[in-house]
Amino acid sequence: MSHDQPLPDPHGHYGRFGGRFAPEALIAALDEVTAEWEKAKQDPEYQAELAALLKDYTGRPSALSEARNFSEHCGGARVLLKREDLNHTGSHKINNVLGQALLTKRMGKTRVIAETGAGQHGVATATACALLGLECVIYMGEEDTRRQALNVARMRMLGAEVVPVTIGSRTLKDAINEAFRDWVANVDRTHYLFGTVAGPHPFPKLVRDLHFVVGQEAREQVLERVGRLPDAVAACVGGGSNAMAVFAAFIPDEDVALYGFEAGGEGARTTRTAASITAGSTGVFHGARTFVLQDEYGQTLPSHSISAGLDYPAVGPEHAYLADTGRATYEPITDAEAMEAFRLLCRTEGIIPAIESAHALAGARKLGERLGPDAVILVNLSGRGDKDVDTAAAYFGLVDPEGQA
Amino acid sequence: MTATALQHRLAETREAGRAALIGYLPAGFPDVESSIRVVEAMVEGGCDVIEVGLPYSDPMMDGPTIQRAADRALAAGTTTDDVFRVVEATAATGAAAVVMSYWNPIERYGAERFANALAKAGGAGVITPDLIPEEAEEWVAASTASGLDRVFLVAPSSTDRRLALTTRTCSGFVYAASLMGVTGTRTQVADTAAELVRRTREATRGSGLPVCVGLGISTGAQAAEVAAYADGVIVGAGFCQRILDAPDLETGLVAVRSFAQELAEGVRSGRT
Repeated sequence: MSHDQPLPDPHGHYGRFGGRFAPEALIAALDEVTAEWEKAKQDPEYQAELAALLKDYTGRPSALSEARNFSEHCGGARVLLKREDLNHTGSHKINNVLGQALLTKRMGKTRVIAETGAGQHGVATATACALLGLECVIYMGEEDTRRQALNVARMRMLGAEVVPVTIGSRTLKDAINEAFRDWVANVDRTHYLFGTVAGPHPFPKLVRDLHFVVGQEAREQVLERVGRLPDAVAACVGGGSNAMAVFAAFIPDEDVALYGFEAGGEGARTTRTAASITAGSTGVFHGARTFVLQDEYGQTLPSHSISAGLDYPAVGPEHAYLADTGRATYEPITDAEAMEAFRLLCRTEGIIPAIESAHALAGARKLGERLGPDAVILVNLSGRGDKDVDTAAAYFGLVDPEGQA
Repeated sequence: MTATALQHRLAETREAGRAALIGYLPAGFPDVESSIRVVEAMVEGGCDVIEVGLPYSDPMMDGPTIQRAADRALAAGTTTDDVFRVVEATAATGAAAVVMSYWNPIERYGAERFANALAKAGGAGVITPDLIPEEAEEWVAASTASGLDRVFLVAPSSTDRRLALTTRTCSGFVYAASLMGVTGTRTQVADTAAELVRRTREATRGSGLPVCVGLGISTGAQAAEVAAYADGVIVGAGFCQRILDAPDLETGLVAVRSFAQELAEGVRSGRT
């Protein structure tokens, strides 16, 4: 199985993006993770163990579903859904988590820390740690622990310690800051199980490699189903892990257009947005050079999205590179467009998507209108919407003020 | 190249047979004018060098005390241009002034423009806690052109190869992080500090680059302990804490001055 892409360079650069802007104290640990991953990739025993977990525990390969009814709302284009929502724990996140948890054991470390926004990566990490007998601490912004109380309970049920972060904006970016502070103090026995394709090298590469299977499966499934490659691949982009997951295998296929749909929030031209490629500028954030929402002095601006998982003021450096080179196209989707696509998929296909993934669905609707009925569009349905039922019920007014159905 | 004010001051303290006292305060904490008065009190109490912090929204290397101080400074509207004002006022006290900043605010301002503005304000150099030499090409060029010292960090986890690389890229001094962790007070000096200084000196043998120690030093006794083997003792959270705890600025200034005096006595008693 080949994971290799020509990028990044040995120092983790994707063109002018990426790299390592991290405290010296962490460089040894980052080097260790880099080296261990290169070894693990070549180690048949590690690969076999991971493959078995992906098959028998996660349920891979995930299905490819044709969304015939939903297609009617996409200009008639054929829409194929890569069903990462059907994975154990409900999203693509588990692919990366199992790989890094096995890597943690290889490095002889016994403790795992992770950040989480909506709770998907936190739940997946807590799950893998329960399975593999690792101590687990999850950092989560206090604001998010309140918004996603059920996921906090899930993580605790799985034996993880959940630490509410009470500094800064009290959301995902502050949880990442706090996890880095923990890591530098406990790095001897701790692995920071980073959840997206951002952060200092090697995380953008490591997380991409561990998710490569998503696009690899989807490429074969589409070829088998349709007899040709898709015209376009669509995914939502916050940090960008599920988008890299489905993009990576298609990057060499120059005729396949890649579309990342960012969280536009209330509009990419407003201050209530998380669209860092559309509305941001080049900067250094959380260890890498990338696109960041920042003010004229380089202070990070608060982001907004109805989807907690996309509510992040930057993006993984490889996406910045793909945007810069034009290999992938990034467009914002507003909260309202995402929620309309969310409702549509529920009603037409009987699938409740994560609000994150609903951004990709809204994007597919626009693409379908542009490309017409002969087009084939592959959408990464990165997660399921069980966690979003409260948000959606409130948004659509499906519960009365007392919360009664 | 002529020596910077920082190099001068560290040569003087070395000549006097003692370690330098280096105090840290975020510019604009609790507001710009008040932060200048706090710096003056730190110098009156005996600080030889002041690290003027550039407050940043995402201070990954800082513990809760400095995070709170930086938050207050940002809430007060402090900008990069205000940092230069504080540097100018610091240099006017006679202490050597250096800036401590995460990389993004410098990159956003423009490395060359930042270096020029800092040199013009009388600053001697910059400490960059999240910039490693491998990513510093642009900064090396800009700081060299403006005649500024560039201070990188070494840590107990640094390999010998990295100690050599980092110290080779440094000027002014090298910042030795005493422990694996973030800024903040600790009850005792980490036992990793002396060993790191020994290894760093080995890597710099010949160049005589001063090695200053920071992280977790917050009493006169701890300052004395570190001063026995380091060229400088760096204290930050202890100063911020005294301002955070004070009911008003005047009370805070008294506490800061007397804390600096306690530390200044410490660095002078370390080698007796």
